[in-house]
Amino acid sequence: MRFSIISAGVVAGMLVAGGAQARDQISIVGSSTVYPFATIVAEKFGQSSGFKTPVIESTGTGGGMKLFCKGIGVEHPDITNASRAMKSSEAKLCQEAGVEFQEFIVGNDGVAVSNSLAGQKFNISIAHIAAALAAELPDQGYGGEGAKANGLKTWADVDAYVAKATGSAASGLPAQPLQIMVPPPTSGTRDAMGELFMKAGWKKLGLDGDGYKKLREDGAAIEVGENDSLIIEKLVADKDMFGIFGYSFFDQNRDKVQSSVLDGVELNFENIASYKYPGARPLFVYVKKQHVGVIPGMKEFINEFVSEKAMGMDGYLFPAGLVPLSEDDFAKQMAAKNSL
Amino acid sequence: MNDHSNSVSSSPGASGLYSAPTDVRMAHIAAGLKKRRAASKRLRFYGIMAIVTAIGFLCILLTTIISNGYTALQQTEVAVVIEVPAGEILDDAGAIDAEKSRNFNWAGLVKRSFRKEFPEVTGMLEQRSLGELLSANAGYDLRLQIEDAGVVPTGPVTYWVKASDDVDMLMKGRMDRTIDEKMRRIKDDQLVWFDKTVAKDNIRLVFNSTFFTMADSREPESAGVLGAIVGSALALIVTVVLALPLAVMAAVYLEYFAPPGRLTDFIEVNVNNLAAVPSIVFGLLGLAVFLGFFGMPRSAPLVGGMVLALMTLPTIIIATRASIRAVPSSIRDAALGLGASPMQTALDHILPLAAPGILTGTIIGIAQALGETAPLIMIGMVAFIVDVPTSFTDPATALPVQIFIWSDSAERAFYERSSLAIMVLLLFLISMNLAAVMLRRKFEKKW
Repeated sequence: MRFSIISAGVVAGMLVAGGAQARDQISIVGSSTVYPFATIVAEKFGQSSGFKTPVIESTGTGGGMKLFCKGIGVEHPDITNASRAMKSSEAKLCQEAGVEFQEFIVGNDGVAVSNSLAGQKFNISIAHIAAALAAELPDQGYGGEGAKANGLKTWADVDAYVAKATGSAASGLPAQPLQIMVPPPTSGTRDAMGELFMKAGWKKLGLDGDGYKKLREDGAAIEVGENDSLIIEKLVADKDMFGIFGYSFFDQNRDKVQSSVLDGVELNFENIASYKYPGARPLFVYVKKQHVGVIPGMKEFINEFVSEKAMGMDGYLFPAGLVPLSEDDFAKQMAAKNSL
Repeated sequence: MNDHSNSVSSSPGASGLYSAPTDVRMAHIAAGLKKRRAASKRLRFYGIMAIVTAIGFLCILLTTIISNGYTALQQTEVAVVIEVPAGEILDDAGAIDAEKSRNFNWAGLVKRSFRKEFPEVTGMLEQRSLGELLSANAGYDLRLQIEDAGVVPTGPVTYWVKASDDVDMLMKGRMDRTIDEKMRRIKDDQLVWFDKTVAKDNIRLVFNSTFFTMADSREPESAGVLGAIVGSALALIVTVVLALPLAVMAAVYLEYFAPPGRLTDFIEVNVNNLAAVPSIVFGLLGLAVFLGFFGMPRSAPLVGGMVLALMTLPTIIIATRASIRAVPSSIRDAALGLGASPMQTALDHILPLAAPGILTGTIIGIAQALGETAPLIMIGMVAFIVDVPTSFTDPATALPVQIFIWSDSAERAFYERSSLAIMVLLLFLISMNLAAVMLRRKFEKKW
């Protein structure tokens, strides 16, 4: 009995302490693609600034936006990372909660379409990806009939379909089954894939409408969680399998996987920086303006992140796979810091 | 008088003597017996097969984990001769100035000193990739070492600084140096420098104490499990403090005081149901109630412990009720008969006797809670946290969460570290279960 009285006291004490305490470190949520870079900056910041190291959760871009736009106050995160720009629906959420934010572009990334080194290196167009993954495709019998459930079974089928639709020569793809691991819907990489591969590929196929939005559910498109290591493992285990993920992960695993050439462009950092690679995309960080000056170290953290020594060509994020911005874009980000 | 109990073996008309079964009956019995023996042999065989399969899988699992993880017990270090410029760090009184030390470019100093070993490397890009052989945190480690010592040594001193994770992998033979350069993390010129360092005996493998004294880091060579262990411990303290008294009180009430009826039945059924609820649901509850309604801090072990307590509560209630029921009713009757009140009976007589069982149940429940990640995702304990937590409201992760985060990291060196972390977690689980068994052996009373 005495034990329970003591423990009740301890719990009550902890509750009071928990409720009353203000937060003295930055809380960051968002994209799993930006996570590796944000954590590097956070650790450097913790070592050199005298502030506490920020806490970073990898929630996916969509999940991060939801948490970020929920409101103002210590119980809500201060910064969210995103591998795509904020959607208008999310901006509206923020607006409704009175959240004012500043957007920063911190670097570029490329969406890789990779398979095991044991497999054939593909040289395809984004039209192939769209045709392989769309839930419904028209003209599958080459006879001009309407959209039907996607019946393409192998890469050779896709090749033939694309060659017919675009009037180009076939790319010589093997008759290996279609198995492509795609990121989950909460992921910014999935959204980027939708825009850069599916939508653009759809157009290349000469198709209208928004049929590209829905992915197949017959096993050709395999939805996996935001665990990129797992994708690499699966690619190594099955050479017929393809995976879609960010450039930094590809860069770290070059000895296991290869990346397909898309529209004749190899995936490397020059082609991402110049946006020649069709899967190139910017990475974003959103900062809650109302928290600057309230949570200690906000301004200093952004100064650490948005800087030449982090994001630049010689910056410490470059070896981790972050592709630097062009000089113009970089200057714009530096200028945007003044609005905080 | 006549004994009729043996009527099966005695046949009528045979003057009461035992008559041997006929051959036909014998054959029938023998055949049946054979079948039964074969069946029981088969059953035994299936049982052995099941156990062998289970042990086989366990062995495969353990071998994989251990063979992947044991190398993480060692860390590669490189000898670098460094002369720390005392003037740039000390204040006028000759003590280390924290501000000056923080602003000093330690990483640059370490890299510059390392380059002196390779005077032939002159190009900027080459010098850069030479510097990449050392850990990105080498400068920070040196700074901490000197700040802790409190004195800046004069003249050049040889320091052993951590190598980068790629060099570490190479040193441990976990990187194939024969494959094409494009696919290798360590380039050809870096291999030459590495070999030169090895030839000079300026590189060594030492016990990786960082792993047990530091929290998470982006650099695998600086990452450790201490933060996660402390986080787990803090959360579990909250869990025990909350769950144990609540569960014991609930169980005592349900066993001794609850009036039998629909309501009690309803509660009983729901306690059992609660034990089967997926743990992520408790996480959602924690997010909605503790974070949303009470406004408690995100990522705090306090909230984690509360969520885990909710999850463990039914397990402990069920175990407590079972061990209370195992106490013979004569004890209760005797106590009541001697005039003890129901409360005195329960607290002074039943509970002490049921204590070993309650303890075992609690430890098993806590061990279960130790291995949980799912409920912690929702309340923000699955996060990158570099500082070791010091209070119940500091941001913290837990041991299984740390494994989850590392296994998802791109760097190859995290792979072996997550395996080692799994071994640490298994060690904790095994010792907890062992403690449960031993406590039961020690205190259990046979009736």
